[in-house]
Amino acid sequence: MSTAATATLDRYESPSVATGRMGMWWVLASEIVIFGGAVVCYLLYRWHHPEWAESAVHTNELIGVINTVVLLTSSLTIVLAHDAAHHGDAARAKRLMGFTILLGLAFLCFKAYEYSHEVAAGFTPVKNLFWSFYYFLTGLHALHIVAGLIAIATVMRGVGRRENMQRVEYVGIYWHFVDVVWIFLFPLLYLAPKF
Amino acid sequence: MYHMQTGHAVGFWRKYVFSTDHKVIGLQYMITGLFMAILGGFLAYAFRMQLAYPNEAVPLFGQVGPDVYNAMVTMHGTIMLFWVAQPILVSGFGNYLVPLQLGAEDMCFPRLNMLSYWTFLVSTVLLVASFFVPGGAMGGGWTGYPPLNARMDYTGVDWGGTLWILALALEFAAALMSGINVLSTTLNMRTKGMTLFRMPLFVWMQNAANLIFMFSVGPLIAGALMLLADRTLQTGFFIPAQGGDPLLWQHLFWFFGHPEVYVLLLPALGILTEVIPTFARKPIFGYRMIVYSVVAAGVLSFIVWAHHQFVSGINPQLAVAFSLTTIMISVPFAVIIFSFLATLWRASIEYKVAMLFALGMLAEFLIGGVTGIHLASTSTDIYLHDTYFVVAHFHYTMFPVTFFGMFAGIYYWFPKMFGRKMNEGLGWIHFLVTFVAFNVIFIPLFAFGLAGHQRRIYDPSLWENLVPYQHLHVIATAATIVLLLGQIPFVFNFFWSMKKGRKAERNPWKSNTLEWDTPSPPGHGNFEAAPVVYRWPYEYSAPDREEDYRPQWLAPEAKP
Repeated sequence: MSTAATATLDRYESPSVATGRMGMWWVLASEIVIFGGAVVCYLLYRWHHPEWAESAVHTNELIGVINTVVLLTSSLTIVLAHDAAHHGDAARAKRLMGFTILLGLAFLCFKAYEYSHEVAAGFTPVKNLFWSFYYFLTGLHALHIVAGLIAIATVMRGVGRRENMQRVEYVGIYWHFVDVVWIFLFPLLYLAPKF
Repeated sequence: MYHMQTGHAVGFWRKYVFSTDHKVIGLQYMITGLFMAILGGFLAYAFRMQLAYPNEAVPLFGQVGPDVYNAMVTMHGTIMLFWVAQPILVSGFGNYLVPLQLGAEDMCFPRLNMLSYWTFLVSTVLLVASFFVPGGAMGGGWTGYPPLNARMDYTGVDWGGTLWILALALEFAAALMSGINVLSTTLNMRTKGMTLFRMPLFVWMQNAANLIFMFSVGPLIAGALMLLADRTLQTGFFIPAQGGDPLLWQHLFWFFGHPEVYVLLLPALGILTEVIPTFARKPIFGYRMIVYSVVAAGVLSFIVWAHHQFVSGINPQLAVAFSLTTIMISVPFAVIIFSFLATLWRASIEYKVAMLFALGMLAEFLIGGVTGIHLASTSTDIYLHDTYFVVAHFHYTMFPVTFFGMFAGIYYWFPKMFGRKMNEGLGWIHFLVTFVAFNVIFIPLFAFGLAGHQRRIYDPSLWENLVPYQHLHVIATAATIVLLLGQIPFVFNFFWSMKKGRKAERNPWKSNTLEWDTPSPPGHGNFEAAPVVYRWPYEYSAPDREEDYRPQWLAPEAKP
């Protein structure tokens, strides 16, 4: 029986996309329909309820802007980490992933600060449907940030041992996705009424 | 990169329980599914007894109260679709066969695959546990419609409904993980020579099913989280008094729920595409046409969902559009069925049990498909909606798909899975009893529906207009018991043949696809040497050859 590792190269019809990258794209495809469904629900309601604007003015757009900058910066650091891993610079890749994790944590801290102030001001998830959607969408997004941070930390450990360097790219793809979701959520939840 | 195959012994636990081998995971899915089928069948027995003999104690169960009745029909539907059909047809057969038929050593993400099964098992435990929590299991219908299910006090079902939502969400996650594996493995791990159009149609169907699942389930996962919030946090996503809209749930549910029908149908048709040519000893008719039909059906399946909502107050013009798309989707399936008939045309058919179940599925599914046209058309649907006609219709689609399809697959691939053949005589008994009893249960239900018998009523004797038809309930219930007893020969045959059945060689049915090039059962890593594929998988009865089949892996003879 041939061992798998040696046989793989010539064993199969030549794949067009690296297997790990493709797996990640399928994950994203599943995630896109989950967030897509949630956002479309929100848009349909919002369309029929212009009065939600009165609730939406109470969102803290300053923190929203800060968090947008934080997340975009973290996308930059993770793509630089990918570049470093691509060139075999494990130390630099590791450092940049560390920055990404710090920025992700900063995002969560700002979000927690924002939540606690909103709840203190009486804007709880059951205040009205706008706030239900606000907490649902941003909460689901925050959970994805947490999952992304765990994934990045796991890959970072491997990079420290110079193992599975290609995975930096895969968590990077995921992290960009989480970033892009925020790019949709931020204007839809924070800015839409204020134009 | 993939496995250690250096021959060192793997312990019992790693080999059979915490396994990353696609074959073991496939069997785990199937066996879990079969156990859940027993539970689902028992529920059917208990509530059918209640319908035939209202308010009498049911033997082996006891008194069925209205709440218990609601919980039983809800859980019967949930279990049969998501814990029997889905794990067996999609994850079970898909896991077992896709890598084998592609000539791969395993799935490309074996650990993700193991995580998929264990997530599924946790969901199973949660679902079964929901029977034992205060308030009992979910009783708000398998579609989980709000506002009924958006508050615990509306149904009196407390934790049952919440566990039901959690279990479904986990089951969906498990199916997604399994699907990612099937899709990636098909794209990246086809053995040399296995071009896309040389893949067995079973693999095509599995991929189509997993793609449809992946792109339809997302909105319902979002919706399930919203429903969960409504139940536990008292938000109002689906509660009109708080500005929510119950119709939204119907859209989210059926945007997934209808494509899900095809998610279950396609793998069963995939089983037929392997079984029918093998026992007809003829090449499948219209290979490419079947592939294109599957693609067309997959696309159409996303724009038919609102036919479940014709009486929910949707715009009548919209209803006409959905009527049309629904009737249109029968076209690609008609193409596939006609391809099967053309394959069978003038063939010298071997009536093995696998073939009987395959033919049985074709015949029964046809009735399901044709009665679907009545429900697709708004004018008739408004009358038939929520009657037993609907119940009969979807049992004529889903029962043949789930059970006839699954049995065809099990009798056909059992020799590969366990190295022994199942007993044909017992199989014939199993088939005949199942076939006859199934029709005796559900033909009366069509009559019921036309007579105006609503679904989901606990005690039909309370409706005067239904009393004259009560004897039909008795007939259907008697047939249900026969159907359930008819599975005993199968269960016996299954376990007995595993140990005592006639030994099967590698390729007992003289078939062409790659799984028959492996030892029965295949070892870890599947193939002794990497197979190379030279032709499509349906080369039977070629006129220029002595043998009536030519497997994919057989190198062409050198010209003399």
